[in-house]
Order: sequence, then C-alpha cells, then structure tokens
Amino acid sequence: MAGKTLYDKIWDAHVAHEADDGTCLLYIDRHLVHEVTSPQAFEGLRLAGRKVHAPDKTIAVPDHNVPTTLDRINGVIENEESRIQVDALDTNAKEFGLHYYPVSDVRQGIVHIVGPEQGWTLPGMTVVCGDSHTATHGAFGALAHGIGTSEVEHVLATQTLIQKKSKNMKVEVTGKLKPGVTAKDITLAVIGRTGTAGGTGYVIEYCGEAIRDLSMEGRMTVCNMAIEGGARAGLIAPDEKTFEYVNGRPHAPKGAQWEAAMNWWKTLRSDEDAHWDLVITLKGEEIEPVVTWGTSPEDVLPISSVVPAPESFKGGKVDAAKRALEYMDLKPGMPLSDIKIDTVFIGSCTNGRIEDLREVAKIVDGKKVADGVRAMIVPGSGLVRAQAEEEGLAEIFEAAGFEWRLAGCSMCLAMNPDQLAPGERCASTSNRNFEGRQGYKGRTHLMSPAMAAAAAVTGHLTDVRTFN
Amino acid sequence: MDKFEKLTGIAAPMPLVNIDTDMIIPKGFLKTIKRTGLGVNLFDEMRYDREGNEIPDFVLNQPQYRETQILVAGENFGCGSSREHAPWAIADFGIKAIISTSFADIFYNNCFKNGILPIVLPQEQVDVLMKDAEKGSNARMIVDLEEQTVTTSDGESFSFEVDSFRKHCLLNGLDDIGLTMEKKPSIDAFEAKASQERPWV
Ligand code: SF4
Repeated sequence: MAGKTLYDKIWDAHVAHEADDGTCLLYIDRHLVHEVTSPQAFEGLRLAGRKVHAPDKTIAVPDHNVPTTLDRINGVIENEESRIQVDALDTNAKEFGLHYYPVSDVRQGIVHIVGPEQGWTLPGMTVVCGDSHTATHGAFGALAHGIGTSEVEHVLATQTLIQKKSKNMKVEVTGKLKPGVTAKDITLAVIGRTGTAGGTGYVIEYCGEAIRDLSMEGRMTVCNMAIEGGARAGLIAPDEKTFEYVNGRPHAPKGAQWEAAMNWWKTLRSDEDAHWDLVITLKGEEIEPVVTWGTSPEDVLPISSVVPAPESFKGGKVDAAKRALEYMDLKPGMPLSDIKIDTVFIGSCTNGRIEDLREVAKIVDGKKVADGVRAMIVPGSGLVRAQAEEEGLAEIFEAAGFEWRLAGCSMCLAMNPDQLAPGERCASTSNRNFEGRQGYKGRTHLMSPAMAAAAAVTGHLTDVRTFN
Repeated sequence: MDKFEKLTGIAAPMPLVNIDTDMIIPKGFLKTIKRTGLGVNLFDEMRYDREGNEIPDFVLNQPQYRETQILVAGENFGCGSSREHAPWAIADFGIKAIISTSFADIFYNNCFKNGILPIVLPQEQVDVLMKDAEKGSNARMIVDLEEQTVTTSDGESFSFEVDSFRKHCLLNGLDDIGLTMEKKPSIDAFEAKASQERPWV
C-alpha cells in the first residue's frame, strides 16, 4: 500500500462517519466566524431550537465591515447594514457563548490573522470559516477551508462538515529565492502556472527548499492564495519553525499536553511513497518579483515584462484578456513598470502581518510617498499594530506619509468605507483583482508588500530590485 | 425544519408563467441578517405600489387568500437566481406547497431545504387545481405527502411523484443538519476518542 500524504493523514484523523458512497462527516476542530457570512446561520439555529455544539471551539471576530480609521474607537459604524451585521455578531457570540474579540478588543483583527496569533490554529487540525481565505491556516499543517452560510450553520450545530475527499497535488518550489523575491511572488507565480482553475478538486501541499526557508508569516501568505488557484485548501508540513511560532501562544497546549502534541505533530508529513495525483515543480531561483496586469489573479507577469497582447493567449482567454485590458485601461506592449498608480493598499489576510510591515518599513524608511498618491497601511490585527508601534515601524510609515490604520479587512474588499473610486488604480498587497473588488470600477494590481511600498514612493509600479 | 404534515389549506391561484426569483423577492431585500421576516415582502413589486400600499387586485391581498398555504402557479416557477431568499420568503409567508407544471431546477432543490414541497403535475390537472383555487377560502385543498396525493375541495384526487429520500427528509423534518444529527452517536464516539488522543484540541 502506498504511503499517505499529509492531507490523507489529517483527513483520516477527522472522519467521524463515512457513508457507503464515500461521503464523510469530517470533524471540525476550530470554527472561525465573522460578521458577514454568519447571521443567517445563527438565525437558523434559533429557528430550529438548536445550540452551538462546541462553543469552546468556535471563535468569532468582526473584520470585513469594520471601519479602520482611528475615530472608530468613539463609536458607531455609519453604514447601517454594516452596523447591523457587526451588532448581530456581538449578540450571537454572547448568546451562544463563543470566544469573541469585539471591535474594542486590542486582539481584534482579520479572522485569519487572529486565529494563528492567538494559538487557535494548530498543526493537524481541521479549521473552517465562512470565508474562502481560510486556506491561510494551512501554513501550520492544518486542513483549512472556506465554507458557505448553510455549512456554517451545519458546523455550528454538529461540529462536522459533509465532505468528499479531494485529490492530492504537490507543489514543490526548489532552491533559493533571489533577493527581492517574496512569498507573495511564489504564490502568484504558482497561480500564473496553474491558472485559477488548476487547483480545482485538489488540496495542495507546498514543499521544497524555498518553502522551508519561508517564515511562518510567509507560509501563511503562500497558503492564503491556494484558493485563488482553485484548490480546496493549501498545506505546508509543520516543522521547527511552526512549533516555535505556536509555542507560548494563549491557546497553544502547555506542559505535558505540549509534549503529547509535539509527538503527533512530528508525524505530520507526507510519506516518501505517498501517492500524488499531480505534481508541479517551480525553481525558486527563477521566480521574479511579479505583479498582476488584469482582473484575475492568474493574470500575473514579472515586473520586468510588458502588458501582454490579448492575441498572445488561447481560446476564451483572448476575449477575457481584451475585456481585462479595457477595464484596467492598459495598452499591450507598455512596460509594467510604467504603470502609474493613485493608491497603495498594504494589508489584508495575505500580507497584513508584522513581517510584511517590516519589509515595507525597510523600503520606505527615510523616503516619502509620491505626490498625489494616497497610501495606507492597515495592520491585520490590533496586536500587529501594537507590535509595529513598539518596533518603531509606525513612525517610519507616518513620516513617509502613509495613513496608519486600525485593524480590519479594509480595502481588500469594498464592504467598508475604504474603497477605490471609479477609475482609481491601486498597488495592493491583497489577493483578488476582480472587477470592482476594491470599489466600483476600481483597478487593482496585486503584488508583494515590498513592491507596493516601492510603488508608493515612485508613484508607479516599480521593480524592487532596482529601487533604492 | 418542521415536519411536513398532511396539509389542508387555502390554495391561491397564480396562473402567471415564469415567476422568477426577483418577482418572488426583489434584490433590495437581500441585505438582511435573517431568513425570517421576508414574508411581508414576498412578491413585493406585484403586491404593493410605489408608496407601499397594497394593490387590492393582487391575489394574496384579497381577504380570502391572506392565509394561503398552497400556491398553484404557472409553468417554470422560481427561475432566475440561486439565492435562497426566495424560498425563505415563501416559507416565511406561510406557504408550504407549490403546484405547477414545472419548476426551475435550483429553486426546486432549495424548496426541499426549506421545508417547502414543490409538486409537479401535468397541465390538465394543474388546470383543475387552478379552478379549485379560484374558489377562495371556503375551498380547502389537501396535500398528502405520505400518500403523494393532492385532493381538490370536491374530492378529486391526483397523485404526484417525489424522490423517496427527499420525501423521507420532508416527512421527518430533516435538513442536512437533521440528517447529520441522526449520526450523533458517531460524532459523540469520535469526540470521546479524540479527547483521549488529542486532548489539547
Ligand atoms: S482581508 Fe480580504 S480576503 Fe482576507 S478575510 Fe478580509 S476580505 Fe477576505
């Protein structure tokens, strides 16, 4: 019999029931909840007279709708629908006895940043959330995926999810990264290779030297965008870096429990003879700093390239590329580094962690945001913000002319006051460049924090390797 | 979900074909945090004028149809979007069964998830039921899921088809969650084992 992949092992450890047709009830160790996709699920519980099966495994935090301006502390969310959703989460969290980080709590932040930060996310766990970027938690060797509202209700009521097993894909990134190349470039380069549907039906395990060399923050960035590649989840096997990150977190095991956990966690790696349905290999040293030029995360090219001609694509992609260039207002043949920007957004669950902010600080220290550019930095959690202040990063940002915000999803999606105006062009560290994602008719270029920081200073997309 | 008991109730005639999800519940009512409460806006644009006053001619505004529990509708009922707000609104109004010659596929599935029975019958039979529904509140139609029959107020009876698994779920009030709860012993056993093997979780 072939050995098992990491995914196989975590899956097998969580099957509570298997039906004859292979449909399983997968037991869920951690359920993260935010304000947008949960209200109807709680309502459903109430209507059916059901309880939350495991409130101690359920963690709630508002993030999508909350304003990130400093004045939010004094009060009310102006948008009525947003306020109603945040208030509903508040009520539900209290009524059902969930772990809860309200807007006023310094630990509040983007759900996928708060989970790992508080030690809720641990190796070998199953983690779900009504949000597709739940894949982030895969960086710990946890099986983590996004679910819909009806499934949120199902997990609340039963602590299980009805699932069929996905296939196994291995993405190996060999060798060392060149200077200026980051986790974001890896994950975008992988999507550039597989396309946004390439991962459909798979759970991806990322491995190889370049992945091993990444910090936990970087690994979270890589797994975060597994979903943009169409995969159900992304995973990275836990190692010493993982254990070190987890150790001492508020909800991590302690003492004898820690020892017991470590014994199991160390077995969480794919066997040598495991079966892979698909293997993709990238050479780390060949990856360049990349940016997106279109309206799909797969529309990605090295910053040294030019805007592509639609005719250079095949099939339906020709029309899609035409439409994308029109939407983005770009002409084929134009060097990507000539694209001028109006706005810079640094933040999101992809790149809103302390390491990302340190990268930005290195680039912008002693420099100024270009004239006419609006630039904001939105930390992923209140604790990231506090740490950045302690390390003196916030001063660097403010001296350079960045807005330094409170934690939330902010301009990653147009659900709160931080939005692009029609036609506005943004260098963004978030994960989606769909039409209208950052605001009606807004134009998004995805890139790493270092690249976004360089763009803020020059006012156009910039190769961070030649920036000084 | 409530069990689908044998239903004896008022049927309302809506002979219009292609009643879509936007007619059932217009987009403006989707920014809600509830599944309940949508019943007052069911068929909103047909039911109220711009000022929010009831349009007296609309069937559900007529006194004899205010307690409607069964809809007899024209073909292709529920076409349009996949949003569950449409069955939520119908269920919230108190309608438990819809009879038509055909339904949009996604809507048909969504009905079962929300305790509503969609019944497909041939045109001639729907015509008979439509006539019966036009009689108003003194005429009670009977929908018997167990027997798979619809009976007019005159005692004329038609049988209909329904997937046996879905029938089982409706009769027993089982949604996905209900079904999973039937497997509670497995979940409990898993939890007991896991708390031994991975007590830190
Ligand atoms: S930061 Fe963006 S991608 Fe992440 S959870 Fe918030 S809205 Fe979703």
